[in-house]
Parts: sequence; structure tokens; C-alpha cells
Amino acid sequence: MVWILRIGGWASVLVTFGIIVTLVTESAPFFAKVPLIRLVKDTMWTPLFSEPQYGIGALLAGTMVTTLVALSVAVPLGTILAIYLSEFAPSRFRELVKPMLELLSAVPTVVYGYFALLALTPLLQKIYPDLPQFSMLSAGLIMGIMIVPYVTSLGEDSMRSVPMLLREGAYALGDGKLGVAVRVVFPGAFSGLAAAYVLAISRAVGETMIVAIAAGLQPRMTINPLESAATVTAFIVQVSLGDLPHGSIGYQSIFVAGAMLFLLTLGFNLAGHGLRKKFHRAS
Amino acid sequence: MLPEKRAHELERRAHRRRSIDRWFGRLGMVLTLTTLGILAVLLLNLAVNGLSRIDWHFLTSFPSRRAAEAGILSAWVGTLLLMIVTASVAIPFGIAAGIYLEEYAPKNRWTDFIEINIANLAGVPSILYGLMALGLFVYSFRFGQSILSGGLALACLVLPIVIVATRESLRSIPAMIREAAFALGATRWQAVWHHLLPYSTGGIATGVILAMSRAIGESAPLITIGALTFIAFLPPPALHSTPPFVSFEWLFSPYSALPIQMFNWVSRPGEEFQANAAAAGLVLMVITLSMNGAAILIRRRAQRNITW
Repeated sequence: MVWILRIGGWASVLVTFGIIVTLVTESAPFFAKVPLIRLVKDTMWTPLFSEPQYGIGALLAGTMVTTLVALSVAVPLGTILAIYLSEFAPSRFRELVKPMLELLSAVPTVVYGYFALLALTPLLQKIYPDLPQFSMLSAGLIMGIMIVPYVTSLGEDSMRSVPMLLREGAYALGDGKLGVAVRVVFPGAFSGLAAAYVLAISRAVGETMIVAIAAGLQPRMTINPLESAATVTAFIVQVSLGDLPHGSIGYQSIFVAGAMLFLLTLGFNLAGHGLRKKFHRAS
Repeated sequence: MLPEKRAHELERRAHRRRSIDRWFGRLGMVLTLTTLGILAVLLLNLAVNGLSRIDWHFLTSFPSRRAAEAGILSAWVGTLLLMIVTASVAIPFGIAAGIYLEEYAPKNRWTDFIEINIANLAGVPSILYGLMALGLFVYSFRFGQSILSGGLALACLVLPIVIVATRESLRSIPAMIREAAFALGATRWQAVWHHLLPYSTGGIATGVILAMSRAIGESAPLITIGALTFIAFLPPPALHSTPPFVSFEWLFSPYSALPIQMFNWVSRPGEEFQANAAAAGLVLMVITLSMNGAAILIRRRAQRNITW
């Protein structure tokens, strides 16, 4: 009877296998046609034009900028909340607030996209009248809010597992609560926090709907968050929305973008997993 | 330094530290409430813009080119059917995998690999599941752009959530329960079915609800497998009045889904469609937030009722 259960265990491997095989086989014909060097050398990503350009850097730039904007919200805010909830907040308040914060990452991303485009962008336009309707800033900020709970909950868990003795030692030497949090607890929990940051990056890189709705669908080689630009994920959405004949260059190009995305997130996910394991072993 | 001067200095520093701590406590409290406030603003925004659109007509009408007549009938039926497929694949496979990995699997390289694989799978962007489904289910298996393809894509997406939840709730059961069962002559299988699973239902149910709530809100993978956004018909019914009474034709039907419908409305210009988007978003939020709320309550109760 155990074989039934074992099949379940294999299912997860099969899914990974399915993803890798699909990405490789469907993007292989693309690489047969397009020399690899063009991915790096071209400065625009227009695989569907009659004179196509294949500079994937244009998509990666969009992904990088939205990710950086998101991290500039999620890392400081998430870390401060983690420190506050783990070291300062009364335990009843913490137990009440933690699940509520996690609701932020349960909100469907299409709803966040709506909010970024129709609520945050008009608000930002009041401050910055030149901001276009689609901007990486607006999408990135909302994405940052979405990933705050990832940083906070993992970060808070790792900070709370720092032994009380270490804190008491620092208190005995006369340090204050914030001093202990910053000089003792934070370094003690660093691998857990680093795992939280890395997993947050992976989330931001792979996030699709918020950027597809609010950051624009035009690939553009720019690092200015006030402009609109497509990310790797938004490009896949944009192409998928149109008619997509099996085997066309457009069809293949989304698998190329997908393969890129897979490699990027795989790196972050493995690093995050490793850091988390290290933290579990240490505590 | 003179002793009294030194004491004074120390006192001054301690005082400063206390006031820094007080300020940070306030800052943390304010930031926590602000962050939660964003969630409230989001809900409020959806309610203000969309609540007036929600009525019986909205729930029972097909999408339309005229915003005021459009509804979400095909969208919520599509979401419901997708969830049936997703749940019937992800739940049994996920729980089986969780039990196998936690209770049966030997500790070796292969299980280490599965472990890393699951950790990575949980972080793979959802849109990649859509690409896999496009290449594999739609074209290789020839399921087409159907409810079956969409449901399977979502099932693969939430599989790691169910596996991890199952493993964690099994892991929280102390070893003595297993040892007691074995001491009474139970096989591993009996120990799992009679003791471990009943104790872990709370944790597994929490994981399953969270997984389904994730699947309901997910739109990126459905877009890549070409979920059409203008669907003005329902899939064929599953039950018939004539033998063989049951039909699985609906599995191969095109479909729409709530988040897809919302995305379609968001990307259209015009305030009327945006009101529709807000209304669809409100429905989505109510569903996902209440599922998450239920999961929190179940977890709380499960924790409270069991003392080892």
C-alpha cells in the first residue's frame, strides 16, 4: 500500500521535471534560430516585429527595477516590523496582528494590480504630475507591500528563536531594548533574515499580475522607475493575451523568457533554502 | 571622572536608551497599523467603487460589451469548476506525498533531493506553471485550453503548499504516539491511519484551505494557457437526465475565471468597466479573506484542543 504514498512523493518531482522539460524543449527551436550572442548584444526585445531584436536585457531591466523598488519597501518595513513584533510588541498584540499581516500576501495579485493602477498611480501623479499612467514605481511599491509578510514572518520566527540568555547577557551589560535587538538579536538571527530577504527577492522577480497591469507592457531598456517598462513576466502575459500559434517565434519567445525566469528564481530559492537550513541547524 | 559625575553620566545614558526604546516601540506600532491600514484602504476602495454594482443581475449575467449589463456568471462557475479539478488532484497527491516523506521515506540522497525540490517548487513563479501547462497539457496531451488544463496547472501550483502543511502537522505529533502504536503491534500503516492522520486533520485542513484560496486568486497561469476572457456560455452540465447520467464533457470546455474576468475589466478604459473590476475584486477578496480567516480559526482550535 505504501506505493500509493510513494507516487505522491514522486508527483512533486514530476512537476519540476515537467517545468524544466517544457521550458527546454519549447525554447530550443528559438536558440536554433537565434544566436545566443544576440540576447546579450541587442538592446531591444522585439521578437514579434518584422525585424526582430532579441536583447533580453530590456526585459531584465524592468524586472530588476520593479524588484528593487519592491525591496526598498519590503526590506526596511518588513525588518522593522519583525524587530517590533519579536522584541517590543506585547504577546497578545503579536498573536492578533501576525495572522492579519499574513492576509496581505493572500490578497489576489490581480486585486493589487487594480489598486496600483487605479488608486496608487493617481495618488502619485498628484505628487509627480509627469508620472505616466503605467509606471514601474507604482507597481513596485505595491509589490513591496505584498511581500512584507514574507520578510516579517520568517524574520520574526528567526529572531524569536535567538536564545533568551544572549539577550539577558546584553541587558546585564546595560544595553537597552533596541540596542539588544540591533546588536545581539539581529546578528544572531541573520541567516534566517537573509533567507527571508532572498525569498522576498524571488517573489518579486516572479510576480506577474501587478507589473502586467500597472507597470506597462512595452519592453524598454531603462532603469528609471518613473517610466513604464515590461518585466520578464509581463512580456509573457502580453504575448499570451494575443493569438499564439503553437511553434511560432512568439510562442517560443515566451518560453525563452520563462527559462530565464526559472534560472533566476531557482538561484534565489536554493540560496534561501540553504540559509534557512543553516539557521535551523544553528538554533 | 569623579564618581558622582560618572553616576550621573550613566543615568543620563540609561535614560536616553529608555526613551529610544519608547520611540521605537511607538514607531513599530504605527508602522504595523499603517501596513494593516493599507489592507483596509484596499478593501474600502473596492467597496466604494464596486459595491453598488453587486446585485443579483451581476451574479447571474454573462460578460457584455456594455459595462452596466455585464456580470460574472461564467467567471464564478469557471472558478468553481477549476477548483473541483484542482482540489481532486492536489489534495490526495499532496497529502500522500506529505505522509510518505514524513513517515516512510528513508533518509538518503533521494529524499534530500525531493526536499530541496519541494522548497524550490514552492518558490517557482506561478506563471511558469502556466508555461508548463501550455506546453504539456494544452499541446502535448491535447487537453486544449480547457478547464482540465487550467485545473491541473493550479493543482501543480498548490501541491507544495499541501505537502508542506501535511508534513508540518505530522512532524508536530510527538514520537511517543508512534511508539505507543508500534508497541501495541500496529503496523506503520495502521499507526498513520488510526493515530497520526486524525491528530493532524486540523493542520492539514488549514493547509488545504490556504492552498485553495491561493488557487482561486491566481490568474497568471490561466492567462498563459489562454483562458478566454469573453465567455458568454456555461460549460455543459455534469449531470444528465438520460443514461449514463454523468458527463465529463465540461472538463474540456473553454472557461473564464473570476481573476481573469477582473483582469479583463481592469485593462479596459472607462470608469464603468473599472467599477465592474472593483466589484469582481470585492467578490474575490471576500472569498479569499474568509477562507484565510477560516484557516486561522481552524489552526487556533487545533492548537488549543490538543495537549500532548
